[in-house]
Amino acid sequence: MELYTLLRQFADSWMLLFLFTFFIGVIVWAFRPGSTKAYKDTANIPFRHDDAPAPSEGQPAANKEARA
Amino acid sequence: MAKGRKMSNYIKLIALGLVTLFAMIGTNYARDLAYQVHAIIVMIVAGGLFLYTLRRTDEPKVAAAGLENEYFDSVIRAGTIATAFWGVVGFLAGTFIAFQLAFPALNFEWADGLANFGRLRPLHTSAVIFAFGGNALIATSFYVVQRTSAARLWGGNLAWFVFWGYQLFIVLAATGYLLGGTQSKEYAEPEWYVDLWLTIVWVAYLAVFLGTIIKRKEPHIYVANWFYLSFIVTVAMLHLINNMTIPVSIWGSKSVIVWPGVQDAMIQWWYGHNAVGFFLTAGFLGMMYYFIPKQAERPVFSYKLSIIHFWALIFLYIWAGPHHLHYTALPDWASTLGMVMSVILWMPSWGGMINGLMTLSGAWDKLRTDPVIRMMVISLGFYGMSTFEGPMMSIRAVNSLSHYTDWTIGHVHSGALGWNGMITFGALYYLVPALWKRESLYSLRLVSWHFWLATIGIILYAASMWVTGIMEGLMWREVDANGFLVNSFADTVAAKFPMYVVRGLGGVMFLAGAVIMCYNLWMTVRKAPAKEASLTVPVPAE
Repeated sequence: MELYTLLRQFADSWMLLFLFTFFIGVIVWAFRPGSTKAYKDTANIPFRHDDAPAPSEGQPAANKEARA
Repeated sequence: MAKGRKMSNYIKLIALGLVTLFAMIGTNYARDLAYQVHAIIVMIVAGGLFLYTLRRTDEPKVAAAGLENEYFDSVIRAGTIATAFWGVVGFLAGTFIAFQLAFPALNFEWADGLANFGRLRPLHTSAVIFAFGGNALIATSFYVVQRTSAARLWGGNLAWFVFWGYQLFIVLAATGYLLGGTQSKEYAEPEWYVDLWLTIVWVAYLAVFLGTIIKRKEPHIYVANWFYLSFIVTVAMLHLINNMTIPVSIWGSKSVIVWPGVQDAMIQWWYGHNAVGFFLTAGFLGMMYYFIPKQAERPVFSYKLSIIHFWALIFLYIWAGPHHLHYTALPDWASTLGMVMSVILWMPSWGGMINGLMTLSGAWDKLRTDPVIRMMVISLGFYGMSTFEGPMMSIRAVNSLSHYTDWTIGHVHSGALGWNGMITFGALYYLVPALWKRESLYSLRLVSWHFWLATIGIILYAASMWVTGIMEGLMWREVDANGFLVNSFADTVAAKFPMYVVRGLGGVMFLAGAVIMCYNLWMTVRKAPAKEASLTVPVPAE
């Protein structure tokens, strides 16, 4: 079988099936039980660390305290 | 530590010296003008960096401790300045070439071969897409990935390398176009050595972005970062495959593509459409998913929808390219596939638009009081409009009328000016007070002025291009009773004149709005009151 036909057949069958299943899997994953609660937290990420990175373990919480 | 740095300085000096030497030889042996000018530019940049590094070698190193407690914002400040600057340059070039089409006398004889329409057109497209849009994407992605990962940018000064390396790419691309150094692939015009340079810069960009995500302190990767990351990865893939060329000579800018005939055309439009899909859509959606919630002060409408939006968008967009090649040597199945995927793509596009718009639910009054959020919302409006128009134009029957006409130009601009432009303006209005620690913008009235000038400008642009595009398409296909074509090409050109003038005026309005924005942002940094509470971290006045 020439390469083109081989790739074409693979793309039309197994790869198509894989991509389609993956996509359905993503949708199922997004609606899994408990996701609403988890995503509520995730959606609020932009509102947490506006001015400085989160402190590393064992370090003071913010620059302000560190300098005072 | 100090010894390692000394060593790296010596390696840097050797590399920069070699590049300078190579560029000097290139200046002498150059086979064409574009290559020669580029060799001179590279020689000056590498030589200058050589001297700069030399003067700092063996100097005591400034302690970098404690930086992990701060965000790396200086490079983002530079990025916002570059975005505004290249934006004005790109809009100015676009407005000028719009008038060149209306008044051909503006193709001055003394500037022939340098500043005629054919040379300026790629300068305009690359300036707005890659210089304005690219800088906006790099700057905002650095801002967003730090805030949503709660971590400082990875890689230290590598982010500065990305910024300045990208500016060098822009300068090489732009000067190349004016001197005729182009490989004639739309949106991929730069020649082989400029492509190689962009590849290096892009890998560094990916490293900085991914490195920051890897060391994040938030357990989850926020959705905006997914979009940014898909933009960086996909653009790298597109760029490499569409630019597989073999240089004719190492001393010249010409190269030969390895793909034959119709495969080359297909790969070019696979690249071209995904440049729209991942550069101008996925990257800017990353912007949307961060800046709209921030400006509206509420989380995104549905996080579940945002996940489905992401996967649906990247799964579908990658197939849509063949719709650029209807009625060509491309096999019918490929162009049908492109058409079907383009139509399906309408769904995730509108899903994302709805997600962005509904983020404002419960806060719609902000539309009345906050011109910045108004800007972001109208960008989504234009996004929705052009993602409806696009699938429609990809249908073969519609495309037979619209293709090669100004309708396409109108479509591109409703997306680029309306969606990309407006969301970037919104992000800039958010970023400048945040980055320079100002209480607020200098003037909201000026934002309103910008908003209306830009919106009316886009409407004039899009409407005149619809009229002239459809008219042109109909004139081209008009036949008389004996089956002869009624109109010559010059007839259509003459008929388009009034619409070309209206389009140019739309461009003037859009440009005026952008200039007002620059003034407003400048005055915000100069005059707006500082935000006292957050001034524990000193901010240099740049």
